[in-house]
Amino acid sequence: MIAVICAVNVAGCTSTKHTGAHGTVVVFAAASLKNTFTTLATTFQKAHPGVKIVPSFGGSDTLAAQIVAGSPVDVFAAASAATMATVTNAHDALTTPTVFAKNSLEIAVAPTNPLQVAGLADLTKTSVKVAVCAPTVPCGAAAAKAFASANLTPHTVTQEQDVTSVLTKVELGEVDAGVVYQTDVKSAGAKVLGVNFAEAANAINSYPIAVVTTGKNPTAAQAFIDYVQSSDGMAVLQAAGFQQP
Amino acid sequence: MDRKRPPYALFVAAAIGATFLLLPLVGLVVRTPWRHLPSLLGQHSVRVALRLSLETATAATVCCVVLGVPLAWLLARMRFRGRGLLRALVILPLVLPPVAGGIALLLAYGRHGVVGSWLFKAFGVSLPFTTQGVIVAETFIAMPFLIVSVEAAMRALDPRLDQAAASLGASRWFTFRHVTLPMLAPGIAAGAVLSWARALGEFGATITFAGNYPGTTQTVPVQIYLLLQDDPDAAIALSLVLLIVSIAILAALRDRWLPA
Repeated sequence: MIAVICAVNVAGCTSTKHTGAHGTVVVFAAASLKNTFTTLATTFQKAHPGVKIVPSFGGSDTLAAQIVAGSPVDVFAAASAATMATVTNAHDALTTPTVFAKNSLEIAVAPTNPLQVAGLADLTKTSVKVAVCAPTVPCGAAAAKAFASANLTPHTVTQEQDVTSVLTKVELGEVDAGVVYQTDVKSAGAKVLGVNFAEAANAINSYPIAVVTTGKNPTAAQAFIDYVQSSDGMAVLQAAGFQQP
Repeated sequence: MDRKRPPYALFVAAAIGATFLLLPLVGLVVRTPWRHLPSLLGQHSVRVALRLSLETATAATVCCVVLGVPLAWLLARMRFRGRGLLRALVILPLVLPPVAGGIALLLAYGRHGVVGSWLFKAFGVSLPFTTQGVIVAETFIAMPFLIVSVEAAMRALDPRLDQAAASLGASRWFTFRHVTLPMLAPGIAAGAVLSWARALGEFGATITFAGNYPGTTQTVPVQIYLLLQDDPDAAIALSLVLLIVSIAILAALRDRWLPA
């Protein structure tokens, strides 16, 4: 049967020879995965000419809510187990989620670090304006956990809807410090300076990935997930600062 | 051809149009968790956001009237070069995506903005992430509604009344104060109500410029957006509250837009 289809549609078969993957794959991924997943999508498409990856990035909680509301999605890569649970609890995950990366928090400050922020304790000073993610977003939940483990209350002026918004506020100089992921600091390059803090070890985020039932392309979706978890995929993630699961 | 045949195609399109606009409202009412409504709306965080929204929208409306009425007067009554361009630019927030408006506000009034950096150095004032910042964002988005409404009302006035006042020796200020303004009152009121409604619903510019912090900058629309991820029932209940407010506004303005 496959041979017959291949004989009729030769062009489609070049992409199906390894995985049988073809068609469009809608990927919902956490905002912190923007750079890596954009790269991974491009390289995956080169290896599978019949597949088009359509990525969409945002706060994991927003994306999870959209999936549960029926948005047609093939792959969901969340920044926390809790946001993935929103999808699995609604029976919208086709495969059991597997963790493919880990990320820890860092404090992002202006490149010159004018207020000499050296650790979490400095973020409690009223002279330091702090941006964090909203508690419903994984980066916000992780930040809250880190502050709680150190028994500190930060001088938060805003709870942003995703991690990239926190980084933007730091880059624009509107806040003095933002609690973001190490990978965000790395991707921002010279625009911000990262300050490590010990309590980050208490709030490491796991990134689960799964095929979603609301999509139409589970075969290609699984192929993309396999690629993310392959040694090539891991190399891209590690270069961006992600840790291995 | 039967000239008296009703245009059925128009009726069908009109019916589809009306259904399209009304169904989301029906959806909101049907899905509202009526039984939990009192407890949802009684939550402390909800009451705080509602109060902040009402206060900031009212303050923004006052700013809109104080600054917008003179601007509408300038555009309607004075002749100067670049008037058309100025009119187009000041009503730009009507068509600008609010998030883009919020970014523009940050670049102008933020701590490192064109004016904001000076404000910060001179007075230590920084608008982003403050309640004043919310008012600034709402005023920016809502003022064009007032300007458009008041300018139209002003153009509908007979300019000969101004001329008559002038011929009797009244100064421009006296004429504005005692002739133009009283006749404009209904137009200003309608513009103010529209601005207030727009300010109350403002989301994009507010979350971008003023951020989100409960009690300081978290207005009802921002709270709805964040609740939708976490507690959809509460988000629906709050949306219903804004819907009821909007209907109340339409009812208040029924003489103007909904003639019997």
